[in-house]
Amino acid sequence: MKLSYYPGCSLQGTALDYDKSVREVCAALDIDLLEIPDWNCCGASSAHMTNHEIGNRLPMRNLLLNLDHRHDILVPCAACYQRLRAADIALREDPEFWDVEAYSPDFRILHISTFLAEPEIIARIQEKIIRNLDDLPIACYYGCLSLRPPKVTGARNFEMPTTLETIVEALGAAPVRWAHRTECCSGSLTMARPDIARKLVGDINTAARRGGAKAFVTDCPMCQANLESRQLDNNPDDSLPAFFATELIVAAMNGVYPQKQKKLHLVRPDVLADLFTAQEAAGEERP
Amino acid sequence: MNTEPISPESGSKKFLEKLKTMEVDVHSCYQCGRCSAGCPVSEFFDLNVMEVVRLAAYGAEERLLTSKTIWLCAACETCASRCPNDIEIAGLMDVLRELALRKGIRPAEERIAIFHDCFLGSIKHWGRAYEVGMIGAYKLRSRDFMGDMKLGLDMFKKGKLSLKPHSIQGKSEIRQIFSGKGKEYER
Ligand code: SF4
Ligand code: SF4
Repeated sequence: MKLSYYPGCSLQGTALDYDKSVREVCAALDIDLLEIPDWNCCGASSAHMTNHEIGNRLPMRNLLLNLDHRHDILVPCAACYQRLRAADIALREDPEFWDVEAYSPDFRILHISTFLAEPEIIARIQEKIIRNLDDLPIACYYGCLSLRPPKVTGARNFEMPTTLETIVEALGAAPVRWAHRTECCSGSLTMARPDIARKLVGDINTAARRGGAKAFVTDCPMCQANLESRQLDNNPDDSLPAFFATELIVAAMNGVYPQKQKKLHLVRPDVLADLFTAQEAAGEERP
Repeated sequence: MNTEPISPESGSKKFLEKLKTMEVDVHSCYQCGRCSAGCPVSEFFDLNVMEVVRLAAYGAEERLLTSKTIWLCAACETCASRCPNDIEIAGLMDVLRELALRKGIRPAEERIAIFHDCFLGSIKHWGRAYEVGMIGAYKLRSRDFMGDMKLGLDMFKKGKLSLKPHSIQGKSEIRQIFSGKGKEYER
């Protein structure tokens, strides 16, 4: 299986390890990722929030670059996903308006966890797992941009999504029931108004702990960084590490959680690391 | 059907025209409050979301463009996803921010506007976001020198902030986009 791949800027910077884990999962599943050549930034929230033309034209350039080989595009970042989808809709509606002669490709734009949660992909992931996650109580956190607005994202269940739960359950973790799965963490404001981010992340943290979670799992690089950093600002003792879904898959596939990976977290990810050491000590071979 | 604006005052006609071309149907709002109820940032707003929509229907441009709300909105799309009348509320916020910038109205939340501008500046220059450059520019312009110093250093130590920008080949296309491609037709 071949897919075009749009990593986006975060995955080349603050979420470099997310990129590595996506590539590793896909390699294990025999999915060839063909990075869109010379892709540019999708403009993220800042572009569409302040300039309609630039906010559309930046993601459009990437879609037009994909016309050459026309594979479905895999997008790990929630913001990139939303921007590419919005640009795709605008281009299909009126290519001429955007100075494009014709645009009606049959490739799809795929968000990572929606893709990974498809039954046949989940089955293939399960075949590759050598260690399960021992009922680790985990809060699946979706945030905003892979879900909303549903007109753009195509999310089937935008108020009650289940893709992350499906993935972590397949790994043997135990997703908790909790309230704030789709609440905003205000990632787009976090630098200019950290006080707002602290408040929203604080509420998310309280809800997750109330649900009994020992960690978060997410698929959004901005959420991951914002959750970990703003929890630490609030209260280091109560902070929960935030894992990427693909990071957990890689850990379960390899049966280890390397020291190097551990160091990349701002909040100590001991809950996951200890789980693997405990399994080792018990000498168990888990399915 | 009455298609006249519901405004009790004489609002800006040009502004209402603009909303029409952007397909933001503020006149269908019946003030149910669902948008305001779900907004995660509303406690920090000076106008709540349903007030923004109603004021937009009044054409009360100036009050909107000088508000904090348009800058504090996080573009989370909760309001627009839930509006029973399918009003593009987050899209309305986009229109308001862009209009405020075009008119040179000083943003009521200046640091947020500077952040967006610095982020876009780095894309304009390199084609991809360059975090270190962007943060540096933001710090200088916002004079927010101390904020998140520790976080920045921690991220740097963890190798999450690269000192090298990622530059693309097609920079001339990006420049063209930033130089106002499409705007020739005043849209
Ligand atoms: S949810 Fe829609 S109809 Fe209800 S108050 Fe908000 S904008 Fe108006
Ligand atoms: S898009 Fe803006 S106004 Fe709407 S709910 Fe989110 S933060 Fe509030």
